[in-house]
Amino acid sequence: MSKIHVTTKVNGDEVEYLCEPRETLLDCLRDHLDLTGAKEGCGTGDCGACSVTMDGRLVCSCLVLGAEAQGKEIATIEGMAEDGALHPLQRKFIEHAALQCGICTPGILVAAKSLLEKNPDPTETEMRYWLAGNLCRCTGYDKIIRAVMDAAAEMREAS
Amino acid sequence: MALDGPKQDFKYIGTRPDRPDGWDKVTGKARFGADFSMPGMLHGAILRSPHAHAKIIKIDATKALALKGVKAVVTRADFPEGLEGEDWNIQENVMAGEKALYDGHAVAAVAATSQLIARDALKLIEVEYEVLPHVTDVDKAMAEDAPVIREGAADYSVPEGMHPNVVRYMESGRGDLEKGFAEADLVIEESFTTEAAHQGYIEPHACVANLGADGKGDLWCCTQGHWFVRQMCTAVLGLEATQLRVTPSEIGGGFGGKTTVFIDPVALALSRKAGRPVKLVMSRSEVLRATGPTASASMDIKMGMTKEGKITAASGTFRMQGGAFPGAPVDVTTMLAFANYDIEHVHHVGYDVMTNRPKQAAYRAPGAPMGAFATESVLDELCRGLGLDPIETRLKNAVKEGTPATFGPKFPPVGLIETLEEARAHPNYSVKLGPNQGRGVASGYWMNWGGETSASVAIGDDGSVQVSIGTVDIGGSRASMALMAAEAFGIPYENVRVSIADTGSLGINEPTHGSRATFASGLAIIEASREATRKLCQRAADKWGIDADAVTWEDGCAKPSGPNAGEFDPLTIAEIAAEMGSTGGPISGHHESTPDGFGGSFGTHVVDVEVDPETGRTTILRYLVVQDAGKAIHPAYVEGQFQGGAVQGIGWTLNEEYIYGEDGRLQNPIFLDYRVPVASDLPMIDTVIVEVPNPGHPYGVRGVGETGITPPLPAIANAVRDAIGVRMKKLPLTPPRVLAAIKARD
Repeated sequence: MSKIHVTTKVNGDEVEYLCEPRETLLDCLRDHLDLTGAKEGCGTGDCGACSVTMDGRLVCSCLVLGAEAQGKEIATIEGMAEDGALHPLQRKFIEHAALQCGICTPGILVAAKSLLEKNPDPTETEMRYWLAGNLCRCTGYDKIIRAVMDAAAEMREAS
Repeated sequence: MALDGPKQDFKYIGTRPDRPDGWDKVTGKARFGADFSMPGMLHGAILRSPHAHAKIIKIDATKALALKGVKAVVTRADFPEGLEGEDWNIQENVMAGEKALYDGHAVAAVAATSQLIARDALKLIEVEYEVLPHVTDVDKAMAEDAPVIREGAADYSVPEGMHPNVVRYMESGRGDLEKGFAEADLVIEESFTTEAAHQGYIEPHACVANLGADGKGDLWCCTQGHWFVRQMCTAVLGLEATQLRVTPSEIGGGFGGKTTVFIDPVALALSRKAGRPVKLVMSRSEVLRATGPTASASMDIKMGMTKEGKITAASGTFRMQGGAFPGAPVDVTTMLAFANYDIEHVHHVGYDVMTNRPKQAAYRAPGAPMGAFATESVLDELCRGLGLDPIETRLKNAVKEGTPATFGPKFPPVGLIETLEEARAHPNYSVKLGPNQGRGVASGYWMNWGGETSASVAIGDDGSVQVSIGTVDIGGSRASMALMAAEAFGIPYENVRVSIADTGSLGINEPTHGSRATFASGLAIIEASREATRKLCQRAADKWGIDADAVTWEDGCAKPSGPNAGEFDPLTIAEIAAEMGSTGGPISGHHESTPDGFGGSFGTHVVDVEVDPETGRTTILRYLVVQDAGKAIHPAYVEGQFQGGAVQGIGWTLNEEYIYGEDGRLQNPIFLDYRVPVASDLPMIDTVIVEVPNPGHPYGVRGVGETGITPPLPAIANAVRDAIGVRMKKLPLTPPRVLAAIKARD
């Protein structure tokens, strides 16, 4: 089967790859672009560990085909810290001990950033529903929610 | 080991610094199991049985091997014969022999140049099965007409006349049950069941194996214990243990489920056959079908109480299935079922039963939550029947230092009473409840573990300290290890580096299991640090020309003491380190032991729920965890263990279960249908850390990882009972089950 040539932008960089028609965007990020920050926890869109944004929209990259990224702008966890400085969400996750094993952390950070871009002042309930698609098995979510609330407050103050 | 009693005053212990691996984990740089690759690497895939129980007549891989890109196929024929005991069990579980024993049991595996080709090749392997009758329920598996999973699997403990599926039998107790029950004002007898739950770690098992025909190999994998992996893989493959080096990746959750092997020996066998490195990564449905969920349980409990609230007698019969192999943790269930209380007349019976399900593995406090669900539910009914407060009643019966445990020995200092008192004093316990709401209380215990441990510390030439341990960091333990080293050396936390050594670089370490890592590796680090500081003092003594006994180590410095006190300026660790090369060479410390002073941890949970009378759905309104940590090294990660354990318990109680169809196939092998708690299901999880120091650790540490999953099952069931007036005896408390109970009540 012939492969598909895809040109796309990932974290601001123009990239190209060849993919099988049935390969997912997650496979392409991890296997063709060596961006292993997004994780496969389920492959069925239920756990959110593979969360990235495509043209600004939060998606499970395991449910997007690699070929669909043609001409799009993808943002992954690898692009979240800028100029060597952590994003406030990343800092607050460390400060609040909002991760234990850390496998869900990249996806949750991408999803939380996407929430705060849409709604800089979410209620706890809004946060819990927005992040309901991101499974964390270690923390019970308590410290994750506190970290996102704290980061949101800091970002509001800074803006 | 002689210990000078737990230290009480701390400079660094009890603070909440950032974890050393924090940056890597929030930027996506941390490398987990599936993130590792090698040049020339092939990709593997495993063919699994679609039948719950079937004879394997023939496997024909001709067509698969003819597919372009396929480099090797392995079946059981590629594994050595003649293994015995648990080695054979593991080999049989990782690759089926004469029979497929459960839905998802591995029957063959392929290595190919891409994962897609490997998966395509699986479809070309032809397996001829003769389907056999199956059984997946524990009670049915013990019935006379149940299909036999395997003749001869029972050990010496099973009395004659029992079904061959009963493979272990145990009985323990003391006193005179008849006398005890006669002293009671109220006796309650009930039966309970719990379903199997999965650990649900978000990271599927993954490994890269590189094994040569010379029997030497390397394995990178996500595991809780790489020395265990080394032992199991080499036993299963007939290799010399120390010729395999195992390097653990970062681990994306385990909760006990990554203390054994499923795919690693298969990847090694493929690599040996193909002559190239092979990567194997499980899918989520493979994880749910073919790794190691918990046992399911069926239990009968009888307890008696006086009208003043004293438990007079207790007995329990526990039947548990752990899949198609011996090993359901019913021994732990019987040991801990009544362990919270001082009971004179007590008796336990346990049955370990085989069924056509995957081989169970450890899951956080393995065996304890099921028993606690049954016994703490009956205790709650006794309190209700006699009009007694659940916390006061537990206080009246709680074990303390010196109490003979229901499983034998006398308790050392423990903190059950303290957790009950803190729970009673917490504001959550006095919030007024509304209609359809209820409150539940339960306590639980985990005895914790020591285990084989080896750790080293080495002084860097800048005076920093490099710590090497063999227990993988599954929940932030590197931060705790660094804190303990910082405290022992009297140097800032930031000057400590912690790394996890591979199997070729340190003595044998048991896995991060049994809530042992912070206790056992921590103890080893403190002792190794003390050895290193003695050497640092010697270097200072040599420089000053005084006796080493006249030098003390304080706040990161060697200081002259006794008659020489004040005579020389203190030498800092950095100053001594800078001259190491010319004063005798590198300085390090080492410690190895199997510490047996692990102190058990008690916890008490208080939960408020609201049950929707229209749908039967249970919502957790507020949740409180109170638990004894001995000494919380990094309190934020201790709270995290409490919260995570509680929420896994909430999932087990309300949503999670293995659902098998009539055909013996697992019906919910994806996260959509095996539903673990999500953020919108939950409130904040309130925590109180109790600290009753453990005399068996220099800083008083008790393991905290496992106790937290034991009380939620009964605490929530007790709260639902309070809300709807019906005792639920079958977990999980799914909305249809609760709704049916409400309808039957009305």
